[in-house]
Amino acid sequence: MNRLLLNKIVLFLSTLSAVIGIGFLFWILITLSYKGISSLSLSTFTNDLVEGGIRNLLVGQFTMAILASFIAVPIGMFAGIWLREYSNNSRLANVIRNLSDIMMSAPSIVIGVFVYALFVAPFGTYNGFAGVIALTIMMIPIIISTTDNMLSLVPKELREAGIALGGSKHKIIVQIVIKAAKVGITTGILLSFARIIGETAPLLFTSANNQFFTMDLSGQFPSLTVSIYNLATYPDEASRNLAWAASFVLTVVVLMINLMGRYMTRNKK
Amino acid sequence: MGGRLFKDFSFFSATLSFFILIGIFSILFNYAQEALHEFGVEFLWSEIWEADEDDEGGVFGGYIPIIGTLLSTLIAMIIATPIAMGIAIFLSEIAHATLIKPVSIAIELLAAIPSIIYGMWGLFYFAPIVQASFGGQGVGLLTAGIVLAIMIIPFMAAITRDAMNTVPDVLKESAYAMGATKFEVIKDVIMPYAKGGIIGSIILALGRALGETMAVAFLIGSVMSIPSRVTDPTTSIPVLLANNFAEAMDLEMSAMYYLALILFVVSFAIISIAKFYFLNNKVKA
Repeated sequence: MNRLLLNKIVLFLSTLSAVIGIGFLFWILITLSYKGISSLSLSTFTNDLVEGGIRNLLVGQFTMAILASFIAVPIGMFAGIWLREYSNNSRLANVIRNLSDIMMSAPSIVIGVFVYALFVAPFGTYNGFAGVIALTIMMIPIIISTTDNMLSLVPKELREAGIALGGSKHKIIVQIVIKAAKVGITTGILLSFARIIGETAPLLFTSANNQFFTMDLSGQFPSLTVSIYNLATYPDEASRNLAWAASFVLTVVVLMINLMGRYMTRNKK
Repeated sequence: MGGRLFKDFSFFSATLSFFILIGIFSILFNYAQEALHEFGVEFLWSEIWEADEDDEGGVFGGYIPIIGTLLSTLIAMIIATPIAMGIAIFLSEIAHATLIKPVSIAIELLAAIPSIIYGMWGLFYFAPIVQASFGGQGVGLLTAGIVLAIMIIPFMAAITRDAMNTVPDVLKESAYAMGATKFEVIKDVIMPYAKGGIIGSIILALGRALGETMAVAFLIGSVMSIPSRVTDPTTSIPVLLANNFAEAMDLEMSAMYYLALILFVVSFAIISIAKFYFLNNKVKA
């Protein structure tokens, strides 16, 4: 075949792939907005699930994701700090890096099963704590990877300047290195938060779901995503519409947090 | 004083992921014991999944969910790989500088949409289209495979693009100077140079597709039967776990842990292969 023609065909197919990808994004967003907005009303936000709204679900989902962040962010950041600042890039550090990446790609449903065995089965009841723990396990490796990457971008000279001033190692890390990597790490935290707030599989049999408003983490805890899964499979129109409304709200939240994270890094550069 | 504590705590945090992984493996292995003893390796190719009336025992084989997982993943990979390569080539070689940013953001947003949304959308908007074009009931292997493909495309495309962007400009420019077309540069310069990263991204996407739960749960049909046509409904390991794990009793519960163990070990192996043999830590997953 004529090589110039072949070239044109391949370039056309590649461009077509990009158009297909973007096409699906808009297709999903448009149908979601159409179905979601037409099913939304003010009462959707003021009523709990039992009255046909999502107030308790939103509060529940955010509560679990925020609590998970409170545990995962410090642990992940400290782990990243150890990898980059204390490990001297030893073999052990590389093993831990790889294990953390493997954990990041572990199937989320398996994490749900694991947490069920440890924190649900022994107590005989689904509980919010188990949901928080499952989300924490999902979040830790993402934070480790971001912190590790962002700290690697901090120039060596900054650390050396700190040493020259007579700062102790941990003071240099906290007051200079982390400060220099602040924007990148914050972006990473926002992106990982956006990731875990949309998780369903790890919550199915950990927090499960609750129709009522509750802040009691020792019992079944309301979850927006688990509710979407349940509602979508009910045959009645009202449940389905509520599922669309909830999906729309969830997607808006996830994409907004995502864009916010990306916007922050753009401003920096 | 504070420095010592700071260092110790950071070391403890770093080793935590190691202990969590060990913990997951041992818990799954431990709870799968009953089924492991009862069914052994035959579990992998036994088709029957039936609990006794009293819920105490029964015969459980993992063949159907295993086959369902493999087939839906295979369909997804066949569709996703060429499109993801195309997008990566478009972003790294074709797109005008003003287009790269918005297209990249769109692809990354596609990756950020929660999988349950893909499931919902797939069930109400995509399944009817598959039904109209290929027959069947709408939900089934094919629908699950296609929507799974849409989910992994952005992920695969992003890593492949990063790998392609590592190719030094000098190499490409020399090929262009020899009169090579863009396609020839892609085929003979970029592909060989970025091979490791590209294969790695395909394997990582494979691992992700195998473990995907929510999108598939809406779309695969969730029935315990072997599909004879590509549009037939069946089930997969994550879907069976999502729908039936919590209600299972005794031996059936143990069989579920067995399935979770299989899924965990397989994805662990796949991701390790991708990381150690192909990605060499150069490209971040």
